[in-house]
Amino acid sequence: MRFALTDEQRAFADALDALLAAADVPAATRRWADGDPADGLHLWGRLADLGVTALGVPEEHGGLGGTPLDVAVALERLGYHGVPGPWIESVALAPALLADAAPEVLPELAKGTARVTCAALPWAPHALDADTATHVYLLTGGALSRARVDRPLRSVDPARALAPLTPEETIGTVDDRVVDQVALGTAAWLVGAGQRLLDDTVAYVTARRQFGRLIGEYQAVKHALADVRVGLDFARPLVGGAARSLGSAVTPEDASREVSAAKVLASDAAHRAARTALQLHGAIGYTREFDLSLWLLRVRALLGAWGTPAFHRARIAASLRGA
Amino acid sequence: MTTDPSGGAVFFGDPDSLRDPDYLVGPDPLDHLEGLGFPGPPPPGSVPGRRGGTAPRDTWGSDRGLDFTERELAFRAEARQWLADHSPGRLPSMDTPRGARAHREWERELAAARWSVVAWPEAFGGRDASLVEWVLFEEEYYRAGAPTRIAQNGISLLAPIVFAHGTPEQQQRILPRMADGTDVWAQAWSEPEAGSDLAGIRSRATRAEGGWILNGQKIWSSRAPFADFGFGLFRSDPDAERHRGLTYFLFPLDAPGVTVRPIAQLDGDPGFAEIFFDDVFVPDADVLGGVGDGWRVAMSTAGNERGLSLRSPGRFLAAADRLVDLWRGRGTDQPAATERVVDAWIGAQAYRYYTWDTVDRLRAGGDVGAHGSVNKLFWSQLDVDLHETALDLLGPEQELVGPWIDDYLFALGGPIYAGTNEIQRTIVAERLLQLPRGDERRPRTDREARA
Ligand SMILES: Cc1cc2nc3c(=O)[nH]c(=O)nc-3n(C[C@H](O)[C@H](O)[C@H](O)COP(=O)(O)OP(=O)(O)OC[C@H]3O[C@@H](n4cnc5c(N)ncnc54)[C@H](O)[C@@H]3O)c2cc1C
Repeated sequence: MRFALTDEQRAFADALDALLAAADVPAATRRWADGDPADGLHLWGRLADLGVTALGVPEEHGGLGGTPLDVAVALERLGYHGVPGPWIESVALAPALLADAAPEVLPELAKGTARVTCAALPWAPHALDADTATHVYLLTGGALSRARVDRPLRSVDPARALAPLTPEETIGTVDDRVVDQVALGTAAWLVGAGQRLLDDTVAYVTARRQFGRLIGEYQAVKHALADVRVGLDFARPLVGGAARSLGSAVTPEDASREVSAAKVLASDAAHRAARTALQLHGAIGYTREFDLSLWLLRVRALLGAWGTPAFHRARIAASLRGA
Repeated sequence: MTTDPSGGAVFFGDPDSLRDPDYLVGPDPLDHLEGLGFPGPPPPGSVPGRRGGTAPRDTWGSDRGLDFTERELAFRAEARQWLADHSPGRLPSMDTPRGARAHREWERELAAARWSVVAWPEAFGGRDASLVEWVLFEEEYYRAGAPTRIAQNGISLLAPIVFAHGTPEQQQRILPRMADGTDVWAQAWSEPEAGSDLAGIRSRATRAEGGWILNGQKIWSSRAPFADFGFGLFRSDPDAERHRGLTYFLFPLDAPGVTVRPIAQLDGDPGFAEIFFDDVFVPDADVLGGVGDGWRVAMSTAGNERGLSLRSPGRFLAAADRLVDLWRGRGTDQPAATERVVDAWIGAQAYRYYTWDTVDRLRAGGDVGAHGSVNKLFWSQLDVDLHETALDLLGPEQELVGPWIDDYLFALGGPIYAGTNEIQRTIVAERLLQLPRGDERRPRTDREARA
């Protein structure tokens, strides 16, 4: 029996942390939101050099042939650092999405020269960052098409440019279950983002004083943060378990149900982390200029991306009903 | 044992007459299990080998990516088969004379087949099972709908200490009789003035020829009304600091000077008791660990209690399955209930994976430590939520005494015992999140606060 991450997975996560902690990700994210993607694209290249974009791509297409768990580990770290761009779509979804329909894109994807985005009904009605993506697809009822980008829409997270798509030519049929990969990637990202919100809030309450003492000494503050920790600690293994299911010989139905469970619990945990973080920061947390907003707003956006909690709960209910 | 059934305010009458099905007028409540969404007795011959109820549908899924070894899988298969053939299903409450007898009988049956303490060394009746095998056994145990264990407190809270700190003589004397249900043990830590603040205990031990004299009072001691022995902390050095000068003692509950007064729990059963000590002599042979070292010895089990040992995931997976079955039978058209059923099911899945994660960490040489508090917060909340959801699904029938109500009332204790959830949150905040301790214990006035 083995459940813990391997040494390799840990080392990879550490390497990502080192790179991203040294890069000024919040600045890159703010510029990305202002329509200047240069820093974000530079970061894309550096993460590609580390192998992130190659993780999910099979070796015969120039990738690393990693498992869904490898992908989840990486996306959790990207979520922790709040990197901008269609990462979940490119890393978790694109390899499976394009495996048969457009395998020629895979080597570029692995190298990091392709950035793929995709909308899929009813999971994600709008494509993320279609303006900066190199490949834009629409998945409807199993049909995969190249797509044209319509007038963009604003997301609660200014660093997420969203666009409705109009399908152009159909390039293949795809099993809808590929969407499980991206839903799971979103769950992993949410766990990372939630952990970041917790860490930043712990740091804040151990520095901020009121009534002559650190606010972290107050039990109401401690207990709120303890609940955040419990939520994240239980969401993480569920994400790991679902990733293992996706990568193993489990029936697709079981794996889908676990992915939904992971997305629901990760959403709940990240949401609690976000609400608690805002509350404990007080007014400074309510501002755009303070970096906390980058994670607060991203979490809010991702709660609805690739299946809302209600959608995933309904999917679990349907599966349990028919079990 | 001297029991005092006239315990006035805290004990509402004779424990035997209150809940023991033998004494109830009318049909045995266990007959109604089916109607309340619990698996009832199987139609004759329908489930080969099963003595008790039919198991509900199992939504635990396959082994997924867990990668068990051949040996682990073989162990599990053997346990599954034996339990399917032998599990008696639900037994009457162990906190009644009839139930206690039935549960001890079950312990003996488990022990005879060496399933009562699988993780113990073979010399003590175990199977030398690994941690992984132990968790697998627990999953199978609950999958088979087998009864809760009357030996639990002894096996999970005392035995680890006897293995770690007991003398060979103590090990020989205590462990085999615990393993086969002959001796049932009760934990006697809490006192009326020392609940969350356990180090505030006042019951004392004074030196005597060849041993110690115990005086004082313990309370909320689970199983004590029908148990044989107790274990607990006493202040052996009145001058030492709060956490020092405590010693861990073992004592028979029928020793001269011991009075056990049962206390009815919310469900009416005498699930715990007060224990009074009036010049009770305990020989040196019944000191566990060093004199004055009781706190350290005791704390090495507190982590067990909150962490893995008390609440293995099988328990919640099985309860979630029963809930899903109940919902399928009568609630799938209630959207609000459906969400909560789904959340309970998700919680049980999360608990399972969290446990496997913990197992892996322990195998790599890590320890449970303050993570036990995270664990306890999660399972105790999950248990209450899951059972409240079941009751709500039952509609007006929810108030009827039966297995759902029993399990619900049992779950309600979870956030209180094994260290209240408030205390656990503080531990998580201070030990895992490293938040400052401060001196919040010092009372402050409003005025001071505004100054
Ligand atoms: C079903 C059940 C079985 C039990 N079995 C046993 C047993 O077998 N053996 C045994 O020894 N004991 C047992 N107990 C007792 C249990 O360990 C205590 O009830 C528990 O430690 C709390 O102590 P208390 O009841 O005195 O509550 P108190 O300590 O008085 O607490 C009352 C309330 O105040 C809160 N509180 C107290 N201090 C703080 C603080 N510093 N910060 C924040 N909040 C605080 C508590 O969280 C709680 O909400 C059992 C209890 C139950 C309910």
